[in-house]
Amino acid sequence: MEELIEIMEEINPDVDYASCTGLIEEGIWTSFDLVMLITEIREQFGVAIPAERIVPENFNSAEAIFALIKELEEDD
Amino acid sequence: MAFVSYEFLAFLAVFVLVYYVLPGRFRWMVLLAGSLLFYLASGIRYIVFLLITCVSIFGLTLWMERIHLAGKEEMKNQGMKGEEKKAFRAKLKKRQKHVLQLGLFVNLGILAVVKYTNFAIWNVNQWLHFFGGEGEFGFVSWALPLGISYYTLQALGYLLDVYHGKYEAEKNPFRLLLFLSFFPQVVQGPVSRFDKLKETLFEEHAWFGQRICRGMERMLWGFFKKLVVADRVAPVVMAVGQNPEELGGIYVLAGMLAYTLQLYGDFTGGIDIAIGCGELFGVELPENFDRPFSAESLAEYWRRWHMSLMQWFREYVFYPLAGSKSVSRIRKLGERFFGKKAASRLPMYIASLITWFFTGIWHGASWNFVIWGMVNGVILLASQEAAPLYRRFHKAYAFSNTPVYHRFMTLRTLMMVSAVQMFEYYASPLTAIRMFGDLAFVWDIGRLFDGSAALLGITLADFAVLFLSVPLFCLVGAIQAKEDIRLWVERKSGLVRFLVWFGLFLAVLILGVYGQGYDKQNFIYNQF
Repeated sequence: MEELIEIMEEINPDVDYASCTGLIEEGIWTSFDLVMLITEIREQFGVAIPAERIVPENFNSAEAIFALIKELEEDD
Repeated sequence: MAFVSYEFLAFLAVFVLVYYVLPGRFRWMVLLAGSLLFYLASGIRYIVFLLITCVSIFGLTLWMERIHLAGKEEMKNQGMKGEEKKAFRAKLKKRQKHVLQLGLFVNLGILAVVKYTNFAIWNVNQWLHFFGGEGEFGFVSWALPLGISYYTLQALGYLLDVYHGKYEAEKNPFRLLLFLSFFPQVVQGPVSRFDKLKETLFEEHAWFGQRICRGMERMLWGFFKKLVVADRVAPVVMAVGQNPEELGGIYVLAGMLAYTLQLYGDFTGGIDIAIGCGELFGVELPENFDRPFSAESLAEYWRRWHMSLMQWFREYVFYPLAGSKSVSRIRKLGERFFGKKAASRLPMYIASLITWFFTGIWHGASWNFVIWGMVNGVILLASQEAAPLYRRFHKAYAFSNTPVYHRFMTLRTLMMVSAVQMFEYYASPLTAIRMFGDLAFVWDIGRLFDGSAALLGITLADFAVLFLSVPLFCLVGAIQAKEDIRLWVERKSGLVRFLVWFGLFLAVLILGVYGQGYDKQNFIYNQF
């Protein structure tokens, strides 16, 4: 989780990722930020996020993103 | 059959009546019959393309589903586990992928041939001339089948969703045909998703007076935007667009803003009519605009303008491309040349520029639209790179949180959007670039009053109507920011409600542009 938050802070440091639950739905993150995150996750966690899983509910909070990574790791 | 025609209104009235008179289970069939009639009215032979798309997508999605179900059964029967199960799943996915590729090839192929053949011929001819060739290939003379750009996107979205297992394939080909051809949206969108639209498209809707009234109100507002504003400003757009060198100077600014106003009235008006039509039948089409000119940046503007199209490109092109193995390989390669940090931005750049290339060329088969798309992509990427600077600026200067600053940002975005649109407005990209020079350096305001304004082709009364429409749009936008304006009006007294809707009706009737030279066929986005 800490590694994930580090990546997210690098992309946009002005968000409190511990409490924010509307990263996409509230327009805090742009689609560019999201793409940066997806490519970093692929790079650092070795997890490829399939396009069909890129929906707001999977990326609205650090917790949701982490849960998605775990789920995809288990699927592998 | 154009939305803005008496034939369409008569057609709509008949179908609304038939729709509610027949028992509930037949209602979606009435919509299908109406949609096919509407489509046939645009030319009998063009329906062939729609049917090929429908049949191919229907068959291929069922095929993909059968591969999935048969595979699942086999895994169960053979008691596969662990690595064996994983390998078998990958094999199934590969088979499904071949079916998907066939669907993409057939449908993108049709779109490419009917929409881009002349563009390809034009480019080949240019190259021939460049290398001194004398002959040239002739252009083909076929018209674009109605709504092909829109229903192809819907069909491909549906194909990809079934491939990804987001929902089951539709088992009734006629229901799929209705999804692709539903007449309010086939002309110029919005681009719907099957799982969302089917919730209301095939439902047995009972007659509900209030919903039908709201549908008519929405249509009326759409007619106002199209007939009173967009078609009134059209002569100005045409005068400057066709004569930029002669008019030049301050008129370039006037033409640029007039084009933005025309596009806004024309496209948002057309979508209001489409969504209002859907409401008459109880069908909820997705919203396509969310007060686009309240945006404070180009990125925000693209989250508010033509939302259904942008969402389609984000979902089916941008994200898959950015996360693809090929782009990941390019990133790895880039690390050698640019270092790890810089290369980490490559997927964003590649995916964004490719997506904007396709967004541009989807809008029209010409270099104007390609350049328009690429310029949008480049500005968005530059803004993304400048985001940390913006954040620092906002922290350092308190005035960046004042209403004045926010209005400035809104105005700046409006000007930026309008300026980039000049690439699609003028006949050639070179003219657009030359006109940027006038826009930046020639401020001869006096020319507005030296009589040359008569060349714009509108009267002072037209100008007054246009001038008043802008604050009206702002007022409606301000109310819409809080709630649906129709609900807001509903809460007012009977007299106010009457004045608003009857006043709007009268405005459309009296101020609508119907006269000589008015071409009722042309909604700008129909041509895309």
